[in-house]
Amino acid sequence: MIQIEHLEKTYTSKQGRVTALQEVSLHIPQSAIYGIIGLSGAGKSTLVRCLNLLEQPTSGRIVIGGQDLTRLSGKDLRQARQKIGMIFQHFYLLQSRTVAENIAFPLELAGVSKEEIVARVKELLSLVGLKEKANVYPSQLSGGQKQRVGIARALATKPQVLLCDEATSALDPQTTLSILNLLRDINQRLGLTIVMITHEMKVIKEICTDVAVIHEARIVEQGPIESVFIRPQSEIAKQFVSSVFPNEMPPELLRELAAHSNSELIRIHFVGSRASDPVLTDLVRHCKVQANILYGSIDHLRATLFGSLTLELLGTPEQLAEAHTYLQNREVQVEVIERGF
Amino acid sequence: MDFEWSMLADLSYWHTTLQLLFPAFGETLYMVLAATFMSYALGLPLGVLLVVSSPGHVLPNPWIDRVLGTVINIFRSAPFIILMVALIPFTRLVVGTTIGTTAAIVPLVISAAPFVARMVESSLKEVPHGVIEAALSMGASPWQIIYKVLIPEAKASLILGLAITTISVIGYTAMAGAVGGGGLGDLAIQYGYNRFRTDIMILTVAILVLLVQGIQSLGTILARKMVEH
Repeated sequence: MIQIEHLEKTYTSKQGRVTALQEVSLHIPQSAIYGIIGLSGAGKSTLVRCLNLLEQPTSGRIVIGGQDLTRLSGKDLRQARQKIGMIFQHFYLLQSRTVAENIAFPLELAGVSKEEIVARVKELLSLVGLKEKANVYPSQLSGGQKQRVGIARALATKPQVLLCDEATSALDPQTTLSILNLLRDINQRLGLTIVMITHEMKVIKEICTDVAVIHEARIVEQGPIESVFIRPQSEIAKQFVSSVFPNEMPPELLRELAAHSNSELIRIHFVGSRASDPVLTDLVRHCKVQANILYGSIDHLRATLFGSLTLELLGTPEQLAEAHTYLQNREVQVEVIERGF
Repeated sequence: MDFEWSMLADLSYWHTTLQLLFPAFGETLYMVLAATFMSYALGLPLGVLLVVSSPGHVLPNPWIDRVLGTVINIFRSAPFIILMVALIPFTRLVVGTTIGTTAAIVPLVISAAPFVARMVESSLKEVPHGVIEAALSMGASPWQIIYKVLIPEAKASLILGLAITTISVIGYTAMAGAVGGGGLGDLAIQYGYNRFRTDIMILTVAILVLLVQGIQSLGTILARKMVEH
């Protein structure tokens, strides 16, 4: 659906050149909810703004639905933009228009007839659950309601793509969830491709199918969220993952729990069906070691269960070696933290 | 005729005074309305141009931005009384005469239009950049941004600016009166100052005070209506 090829963006200012995006290539499949996460200043906002050419890329191509946007200008670009919806952290509704008039706005721009606008606005109001608020002004709405208007407005021209620039960052956790649920619902009902820019991993965890991690102007990691969450490769991705899945024990706790002379501290990671197998019981029975659970968490990503446990295994060196083999055979990833011998 | 308090009881005093005040008030109103209207006809497009041509806006153009800005500053730095004299040949060219109420409108417009352009500029700059970007992301053309986003969103501020401009023009018309432009200012100088008619002076000032108050209140009320829904 969206093909980003060798995208570069540099700003030239008096202080010199700043690289905002470097060698960014991404493929965003149709109907995906694609998350792009990064710290502030990583370039994620620039990236999403390049997707509808609010920001002119320095080089590279943006192909959406087979059309190379970077070659368009003027009227062609405006028409292409009508097929790309966008919502913003601060909503950016027109204060002088009612909710219904705000939703009608992109349709007016596109030259849709009055009767069609009325019908379409009605449809969109019920889609986002704001039927009673049609004639209310944005200043009387809560943040969540404003974002619902933003979503309805972005969907008015029936776009194929919805860009979300930190769309939930100004909302409280509960409202965030309701907006994310709405987005997921729209994604499933309309088959819309959604690109979400965020700095919050829990947003990605909640609804994304794929994720790209952007750090210092580059994409450092990308893939389906299961693979990025379960086996993050880069340091920054590990930090993001640990913000939602705290699987590393705090060091001061770990120091107190130093391994005994006949034991070792290990961390095991399991995914999918492994998470529901009675691995630990089997381990204790089979290898005659004792297992002491020190720390851990089990969570899920869409339909996949996954988790990690920090264990102290007690036994002779031979028993412990056997335990390692056993765990490896069960396809559980083992990480040794400390050995007591 | 010098003023005495006992005259206030005399009906004929009021008769002659109102005969002086009424036409002068009419002239002032005519000058203010015509000059303000034409200042906006010129200044509004210039203000819009100043905003949209600024860097990073919808039609960035450093040349227009700079040249227009400089020309506006030059006109704004000339004192009105000087401008009025300097523009005499131009005024004759436009309206065929250099004295009278209609002739005063020409320098009034030339002087107020750059002011209007700056007022409009500052009002339109209050519209958050994000709102403009949101409209761009929906495929709005620069022209649509101007008349569907910038002007409607800045309506309250534009109306306050209109009130301020109108009041400034009232002040200028009083000055225009000094050189034979007619209106309340003229009356105040000719009767109140030259003929020591303090009563006429006080009455003209009182009328001007009421006019200014009225316009400002109207502007404030209308602007508030735009914001409070």
